[in-house]
Amino acid sequence: MRPDKTMTLREAVASFVRDGETVCLEGFTHLIPTAAGHEIIRAGRRDLTIVRMTADIVVDQLLAGGCVTKLVSSFVGNSSAGSLGELRRRIEHADPEPLQFEEYSHHGMICRYLAGAQRLPFYPLRSYAGSDLPSVNPGIRKVASPYADEQVHVVPPVNPDVTIVHAQRADRAGNTQIWGLTGVQAEAVFAAEKAVVVVEEIVDDEVVRSDPNRTVIPAHAVDAVVECPRGAHPSFAQGYYDRDGAFYRSWSHISKDPDRLRAWMAEWIFGTEDHADYVAKLGDEFWAGLAVGEAMSLPVNYGRRL
Amino acid sequence: MITSSERLSVVASRELASRRTVFAGIGLPTLAAALAHLTVAPELEIVYESGVCGAHPSHLPETIADAVLITGAEAVLSMPALFGYVLQGGHIDVGFLGAAQIDRWGNLNSSVIGDWHRPKVRLPGSGGAMEVMANSREVFVVMRRHDRRSFVDELDFCTSPGPDRALAEGIRPLGAGVTKVITELGVLARGGVGEQLRLVAVHPGVTVDQVREATGWDLAVADEVATVEPPSEAELRLLREDVDPDRVYLR
Repeated sequence: MRPDKTMTLREAVASFVRDGETVCLEGFTHLIPTAAGHEIIRAGRRDLTIVRMTADIVVDQLLAGGCVTKLVSSFVGNSSAGSLGELRRRIEHADPEPLQFEEYSHHGMICRYLAGAQRLPFYPLRSYAGSDLPSVNPGIRKVASPYADEQVHVVPPVNPDVTIVHAQRADRAGNTQIWGLTGVQAEAVFAAEKAVVVVEEIVDDEVVRSDPNRTVIPAHAVDAVVECPRGAHPSFAQGYYDRDGAFYRSWSHISKDPDRLRAWMAEWIFGTEDHADYVAKLGDEFWAGLAVGEAMSLPVNYGRRL
Repeated sequence: MITSSERLSVVASRELASRRTVFAGIGLPTLAAALAHLTVAPELEIVYESGVCGAHPSHLPETIADAVLITGAEAVLSMPALFGYVLQGGHIDVGFLGAAQIDRWGNLNSSVIGDWHRPKVRLPGSGGAMEVMANSREVFVVMRRHDRRSFVDELDFCTSPGPDRALAEGIRPLGAGVTKVITELGVLARGGVGEQLRLVAVHPGVTVDQVREATGWDLAVADEVATVEPPSEAELRLLREDVDPDRVYLR
């Protein structure tokens, strides 16, 4: 019997996210772990370092929740729908307090995860030559190739205390299946000391084992499994529900006005018991609007010995 | 009446003739790539930063990660594969980029206006733009605005450096950097390393002096400045009826 690692989101955040720690939330525009971010805010965590390639709405909310001292990222914006009000106030005006910000490019962040996951001291990449980013980020350095007369930039590993990702499904031991955009979730999980996987549904072992190639994260890398349907909203889960474009567009207006932002947080995060309550508050009619139709993949034959 | 978005999309689409792989962002590059697919480049493979290669969307995508880009796509890759093997591996012919500021060498700023440590405006940053610049064979820039605030003598911050800046550091980049800049006034072009952007074409009704006036450096001008061929009836019909019938980006 494989160990059962299932728990509630509240238990997972209580057990694995501590004040002052480095927390990685990954999910590249798809499967963003929003429900986990909301639970961190409800739990009142403080002084966190957040690591996330695309710092978007959930990061703006964590900033507004007073949880974050430092951000490590390669893109700070509200997707293609506008900008992040709280983040801009923190960076442009130190309002209500300064934000430590460590800036990379996307591939720089990816290479940090690759180094972290493999416990390597650094990772080389063909970016950064001529860019001003190394001048504001001492983590980005240049080394001589040991094999050719060539210089190359390197980035340091990242090893978060905990990585939290959202996925479509997992078994109770943590074998996690993702389809559609798989992003950098596996690398972020392997780079971390501890990993929490939040899923749309927990399925029987046989479901996972009928299609092992779809398992992006194996159970040995996972410490907790949380079932949390619609936990990626306003982002999407391929095959489960669509992206909430209207909310992305409205966030730029909400977050631009600090009073409006506080009122939104009071109603939708502090005013809800947990993510199930948030989902219920949005209502059935709302969720029907994000419903998706079927587009089944054709089955593959894994074969069996006769 | 032809809108600026229509004009920019059509001109950019024509530049994609004979290209095999294009790295497209959302908005005007999406329109240009989709139109090229129907006109000058039927075999074009469209690659998105989210990991989608060979997208065949049923609807016009609203983001680079729209679910309609995934369903029916030829391949969906992880981030390390997309940035490591596809981009850094040198598989992209043309990358599309936008920016808040561009200089005469095609270097781009998408990070900050003002000082990085205390910026007047904090912009989104590189995302993958630096990698698109460093690794695509060439880069097209589509700018809705052509004015002295965007076309600057000196960038406030260089996010995505062209090959000249990389070479000055002794590192040989893979691609030629920005080769085309398509704006509401005309088209600027450069051949590659060591060359500045030059004005090579203007839209009908635009003068060379007008473009010089809108550019924040002493703009080099080609010996013969062409007039951009206006969008044809056929191009406009495809764009309006097949590519973006709901006018999501054709504002």
